[in-house]
Amino acid sequence: MNSPSLLSSLNPSTEPDALDSIERAEIDASTRIPVLLFFASAIFWLLVGSSLGLVSAWKMTNPALLDSFSWLTFGRLRPAHLNAVIYGWATPAAIGVGLWLTARLCRIPLLHSKLLISAAIIWNLGILLGICGILIGDGRSIEWLEFPAYSTPILFIAYAFIGIWTIIMFRFRKPGHIYVSQWYLFAAFLWFPWLYATANILLVWQPVQGPAQGAINWWYAHNVLGLWFTPIGLAAAYYFIPKVIGRPIHSYYLSILGFWSLALFYSWNGMHHLIGGPFPAWMVSASVVASMMMFIPVITTAINHHMTMRGHFESLQWSPTLRFIVFGAVSYTVVSLQGSSMAIPALNTITHFTDYTIGHAHLGLYAFFTMILFGSMYYIVPRLVGWEWPSATLIRWHFWLSAVGILLMVGALTLGGLLQGLALYDVASTFRSSLEFANPFRVLRGISGFILLAGQLVFAFLFVQMLLKLGAPKKGPALFTKPAEQTNDTVAI
Amino acid sequence: MNKLPLIFVGIFLTFTSAWIGLVAYPTLNLGEMQPLPDEETGGVLPPTTSGLAVAGQKVYASSGCVYCHSQQVRWSPLSTDIAKGLGPRQTVARDYLREKVAFLGTMRTGPDLSNIGARQPDTNWHHQHLFEPRTVTDWSIMPSYRYLYKTQKIEGQPSSDAVQGLRGPHAPKLGYEVVPSEEAKALVAYLLSLKKNYKLPESPEPSEP
Ligand code: HEC
Ligand code: HEM
Repeated sequence: MNSPSLLSSLNPSTEPDALDSIERAEIDASTRIPVLLFFASAIFWLLVGSSLGLVSAWKMTNPALLDSFSWLTFGRLRPAHLNAVIYGWATPAAIGVGLWLTARLCRIPLLHSKLLISAAIIWNLGILLGICGILIGDGRSIEWLEFPAYSTPILFIAYAFIGIWTIIMFRFRKPGHIYVSQWYLFAAFLWFPWLYATANILLVWQPVQGPAQGAINWWYAHNVLGLWFTPIGLAAAYYFIPKVIGRPIHSYYLSILGFWSLALFYSWNGMHHLIGGPFPAWMVSASVVASMMMFIPVITTAINHHMTMRGHFESLQWSPTLRFIVFGAVSYTVVSLQGSSMAIPALNTITHFTDYTIGHAHLGLYAFFTMILFGSMYYIVPRLVGWEWPSATLIRWHFWLSAVGILLMVGALTLGGLLQGLALYDVASTFRSSLEFANPFRVLRGISGFILLAGQLVFAFLFVQMLLKLGAPKKGPALFTKPAEQTNDTVAI
Repeated sequence: MNKLPLIFVGIFLTFTSAWIGLVAYPTLNLGEMQPLPDEETGGVLPPTTSGLAVAGQKVYASSGCVYCHSQQVRWSPLSTDIAKGLGPRQTVARDYLREKVAFLGTMRTGPDLSNIGARQPDTNWHHQHLFEPRTVTDWSIMPSYRYLYKTQKIEGQPSSDAVQGLRGPHAPKLGYEVVPSEEAKALVAYLLSLKKNYKLPESPEPSEP
């Protein structure tokens, strides 16, 4: 066999996967149990985590709320919230989506599902132990790494199973081109254990001296966003957008540029969380520059997605999957550009320690990542359980509650954060005025939490119905409206 | 680029570059940093802290104070931190040598605490404030840490460490007193130890604030 020429190995294929429907059904079926297990536990932790967030939010405007219990104090609920949504919801949901995509894109039925099932169970035990640990006061107050040292090894073992599984899947994949989503998945599945192990060794198990900690802490936290959630979110967007509208991705070359610039620049971003902080200036400067360079992958990806969608925006009217995914993809562009701007020292000095950052965090993790996960689940779950979503109306409710809720939350925190930041910056203002400016916006944030939680409850209700196959059997998928023209076999949502 | 090994090398190298710069460098360099001799007193800078203050760091961590309070003074003129009285100078890496966990923080929902020990040196004030912040600062949104205190009946002489001057709905009734737990005492010792007002050569005080 001739080895492929350079040109042919650069041969871009823009089709997600070319499988016939029998193969596809067989692959989907092989992923059923592990993927559903990850999804179900993720949705459980989403509800728990959001409720913890909601109580934290109301405590900020009503400090006397539930204040006689040590395990419900703000300083414990808040990290419990963060860890529940990051490690309980976003990570397992991302793993579920990632497993399913990997099997489809490697074009082989999922191997070694026992490995994954054990991973899912161990992971969830680790989360449970960790959250309880934080609430009883064993939290470490290292942001994003609050879990006590007795729960993180459990999580690491669970994750190691998944990493091993990924390598096996890629090793035995059907020959052929590697679609762009696979690049992102492969990279993310390898980056995450490296990140998690480094941070845990240096900050939790054998902590380095105080002066070095901040840099490692934010290198880790930022890369969980940039090199774990973002690649999986983009892998899903790169897969589902072409799939649902039934046309190839606009440009494979743009996706290559987007991928490598993301890999290089994102990994250097961490220190923009410490502008003005106690670190050598070159470290902070490197991260500020890398943050500016993030314009390249972000704009590239935005153009690529937009050009793929062009002429197909009417699909948003009927496809729930697409509506959530496109909302997420647009939010990705917005949150990334906002993030780059927040690394500009003149703006950072005002927004850094305020609610503005919290607005940014939710724009990224909710409006981008969580919405992409919801959209992916709307596509994947019917194919695993062999049942259609019971109600398009409820899906519509879920969408609008999520969209309105998150826009209200981000809008309120952004405005409130700016006013708070200006008061903290202005030498003539008192500290008290920063609280007074922020307060009404914090009330709005508290209200938005109810709206978001309501949307999540609708989704959880739909999901349980799917698992139990409740409702009348449907002929076709649950769509918002009838599509004007049938695209290919992928119409199913 | 359809070659998996090639992709692997790429994702490995990009990641390693940042790992060297942002993880290995600080670990090897800042992680080995030493205190400086203090010529004026013959001690070291930053000064060593008491065992009680070190124990207090644990309470600070388990109560989650870091989610509302930063402990870093940014340089001027990037920020107005120094002009706003958060400290006489920028905080630098060496300032965190005594911390098991460097509580740099990302939020200023409450004021920065880098120099709270200098700004508010009164132990009883801290206990009053932690017990019920709104009886000290009526507009505060800081949570109460009453769970670190015990209300008990006065038997004979009042305890010497009882918190004085408590007001508000949770103040002790006549014949009762509020005493801090060991944890509360350690926490306040830690807060009082937060004084980054000694001089370090790498962080000169700005001549005009
Ligand atoms: C929900 C946010 C929040 C949490 C959590 C919190 N604080 Fe505060 N803290 C504030 C606010 C707001 C103020 C300013 C009003 C006041 O003095 O009470 C403040 C003020 C203070 C002050 C006085 C600062 C000054 O400059 O006068 C100290 C000391 C303090 N907090 C210590 C702590 C400790 C110790 C903890 C953890 C046990 C803690 N705080 C947890 C919000 C918080
Ligand atoms: C009902 C929904 C939610 C509410 C009411 C809520 C509320 C909150 C509150 C009050 C905080 C702390 C803010 C502060 O300290 O000032 C917070 C932080 C955070 N939340 Fe949520 N949250 C919700 C859902 C989510 C979800 C689903 C995610 C992720 C998928 C998420 C990710 C985060 C992150 C990452 C932070 C930390 C931000 C930082 O430190 O910069 N939240 N949230």
